[in-house]
Amino acid sequence: MSVKLLLEKAHVEGIRSYDVYRREGGYRAVEKALKTMSPEAIVEEVKKSGLRGRGGAGFPTGMKWSFIAKPEGVPRHLVCNADESEPGTFKDRYLMEFLPHLLIEGLIISSFALGSNATYIYIRGEYAWIPDILEHAIREAKANGWLGKNILGTGFDLEIYVQRGAGAYICGEETALIESLEGKRGNPRIKPPFPAVKGVWDRPTVVNNVESLAAVVPIINIGAEEYAKIGVGRSTGTKLISACGNINKPGVYEIDMTISVEEFIYSDEYCGGIKNGKRLKACIPGGSSVPILPANLLLKTAKGETRYMNYESLSDGGFATGSMMGSGGFIVLDEDQCVVKNTYTLARFYRHESCGQCSPCREGTGWMEKILKKIDSGKGAMSDIDLLWDIQRKIEGNTICPLGDAAAWPVAAAIRHFRDEFEWHVKNPEECLVRNYGLAGYAEPRPIPA
Amino acid sequence: MAEEKKLFKVTIDNITVEVEPGTTILNAARLVGGEVAPPAMCYYSKLKGSGGKCRTCLVEVAAGSTADPRPMPKLVASCRTTVMDGMIVKNITSERVQDARAGIVEFLLLNHPLDCPICDQAGECHLQELSYEHGKEGTRYEFGKRTFKKHDLGPYIQLHMTRCILCYRCVFVADQLTNKRVHGVLDRGDHAEIATYIEKALDNDFIGNVIDVCPVGALTDKTFRFKNRVWFTKPMDAHRDCPTCCGEVQLWMRGDEVFRVTARKDEWGEIKDASDGKTGWICNECRFEKKDAKDWIIDGPTHVSRHSVISANHYEKVIQPQETLPEVMGGRNPKLLMDIHSISEVNRPDIHLSEIEGPAHSDDFNEP
Ligand SMILES: Cc1cc2nc3c(=O)[nH]c(=O)nc-3n(C[C@H](O)[C@H](O)[C@H](O)COP(=O)(O)O)c2cc1C
Ligand code: SF4
Ligand code: SF4
Ligand code: FES
Repeated sequence: MSVKLLLEKAHVEGIRSYDVYRREGGYRAVEKALKTMSPEAIVEEVKKSGLRGRGGAGFPTGMKWSFIAKPEGVPRHLVCNADESEPGTFKDRYLMEFLPHLLIEGLIISSFALGSNATYIYIRGEYAWIPDILEHAIREAKANGWLGKNILGTGFDLEIYVQRGAGAYICGEETALIESLEGKRGNPRIKPPFPAVKGVWDRPTVVNNVESLAAVVPIINIGAEEYAKIGVGRSTGTKLISACGNINKPGVYEIDMTISVEEFIYSDEYCGGIKNGKRLKACIPGGSSVPILPANLLLKTAKGETRYMNYESLSDGGFATGSMMGSGGFIVLDEDQCVVKNTYTLARFYRHESCGQCSPCREGTGWMEKILKKIDSGKGAMSDIDLLWDIQRKIEGNTICPLGDAAAWPVAAAIRHFRDEFEWHVKNPEECLVRNYGLAGYAEPRPIPA
Repeated sequence: MAEEKKLFKVTIDNITVEVEPGTTILNAARLVGGEVAPPAMCYYSKLKGSGGKCRTCLVEVAAGSTADPRPMPKLVASCRTTVMDGMIVKNITSERVQDARAGIVEFLLLNHPLDCPICDQAGECHLQELSYEHGKEGTRYEFGKRTFKKHDLGPYIQLHMTRCILCYRCVFVADQLTNKRVHGVLDRGDHAEIATYIEKALDNDFIGNVIDVCPVGALTDKTFRFKNRVWFTKPMDAHRDCPTCCGEVQLWMRGDEVFRVTARKDEWGEIKDASDGKTGWICNECRFEKKDAKDWIIDGPTHVSRHSVISANHYEKVIQPQETLPEVMGGRNPKLLMDIHSISEVNRPDIHLSEIEGPAHSDDFNEP
């Protein structure tokens, strides 16, 4: 049985509007939190829930909140990261588009917990139509007394502002986001200081993903203990997965993190299997930055155990044989996909999105892209594969922000698991232009019909 | 009663120094000096907020502090990491650092034109020095280098964007020395460039200082372009009573002719403090308009201690030869010879130019 905490009401007619949302039990969590709980108690509750950041890194949200500095007389801010630009990730869009009030509700509670009287939603520019939805919801919430001055008579004031980005993936990195929010060029800051000490306008700031903040609502509603019972181990609660690629039913799914990867791909409740009866070749399970896994390592770990859709299991085996939960962008590749081309496409993305501040990322991403293009177009040499490996190795860990790593990992994983495909391209310069390498040794075990 | 300030002990490449809390690893290493000081292409101690970008100064922290001796998992930018008491840092003693640094140098040179023979910065270019010291021979990059649309920054400052390493120093100068910055970094990634948004000259009394902070030949002095090579000119300290700036400069002279005026630099290539204790930024008038020796009161030859093409400067010690060196060497000054030979291991790095009687000859540098 699947549990739905976030998307439970997503299909209720008119749920985007305040009246319907409220009728369906919306804003109960705000009432409970603001009237019966102290900010500290909310932070404790979120800690106890085990909620981990849904933006990619999976850092425990309650812990992050408890780090925020509280110097006397200095305002604090909460910033909602709605920049969602990682290829393959589109879960936040779904949440904001269909359940804007759920996010607003989460923001009110979280702002109260953190002591933020001005909270920002930083949304990617390409989501051009969503700011209107959010702003409309903010107006509705304000008209009904959930925002503004002295909310519910508690003395707590809050305004929520929507700020559009201008189309840069890097502005999803929290310190670049902060710079951009301040009206500057979106370059990541050099840390320390961390946002919890010096964030927006040098004030203590917490940056959280849309889904993380929305998840605060069910945590307050059902209580941390109940929330923590869902899922497994340190993967508590539910997670939104945006599934795409060669599957029958692409879309956004809410899963509790006990299901296996195999079930997620093949069951009709989720992806509904590989499209056109093809076979599974590989998958990028957590957004374009995380390592790609061949089918055989995706469904089972290197130890031969079933792989599950949760933080621990997806990263089982480290980067050698595992991957990451990341942002939940689940990209499935069937037997007709070319890993070299796929890697080239990703490298092109990272080269285009690097902010250019630090030399390894600025120069290395462009270099990798050029070499991958060369191999992809049948002009590569064997030495290029080793060169690629060396370049990604020299980028990883040596940059200001994790975009450098994010650019290096997909290349590293592709070479690690699909080296034969790269070599085939080099050895068959003409054939590789007209035909794909296919499955090779990565065929999945036959899917078990549900 | 003022309490005695506790100093932090930090060990860099097995050498321990004591520094004030808040000191960066890089500045602590500069106290040790020599090779222990990591190369810094973007950090500039006189510019607030600089550093952290080029990654040439990466070092390994083998122990975080006495209290928490765990090593740091990643290499850290020494220019932006402050020391802790009991920290153990490895720079030249770390293979990881050497490997990463070689990678950084390769990255920096990837799109760099390597047109040093026609670049005005040649001889005083930090990227040249970095490549000599840490770079590899040859390149693994086989693609075309990037090019940019030309931007004219006005009558004084020449921009060669292809040579820029995006250290942001010139941006900090404009932010911190002028009231209105009109240039900056446009676009992003490997297509990011220094430019003004709408074609505009850089026009401010102090904007000329971008030339001095630029580690490469991306920003050079238009009034000096192609007039001479730095190693043919002789740096002299000079000053004048300037209403705008400290008026303390370095003249780059050949004979009695002033070819170029720059601020005075220290051994790290940074602008020195002037006698009033403030950073010796100079104004455009001193830099671009005062090209007559008569404009200046000359204090004497510049003393620079660090070795490099121009800075390995031993004018003060040189035994005056009978004939002038340029006469014998066809215009060449000993400092060029010094550099070529001191970087070459097969020759004699131990020999001091001032010990050679008369004009130096290449034989003087061969193994005895
Ligand atoms: C290049 C880059 C892009 C990122 N993009 C996003 C994004 O679009 N949305 C997001 O929530 N987090 C993004 N992150 C992660 C954020 O920096 C930050 O960790 C996150 O917003 C924290 O929220 P969480 O703790 O709720 O996950 C990005 C990180 C990097 C390095
Ligand atoms: S790693 Fe890339 S994106 Fe991040 S700061 Fe450096 S250049 Fe910018
Ligand atoms: S022009 Fe020079 S100072 Fe400015 S960013 Fe480029 S290299 Fe640095
Ligand atoms: S000098 Fe430290 S990163 Fe550039």
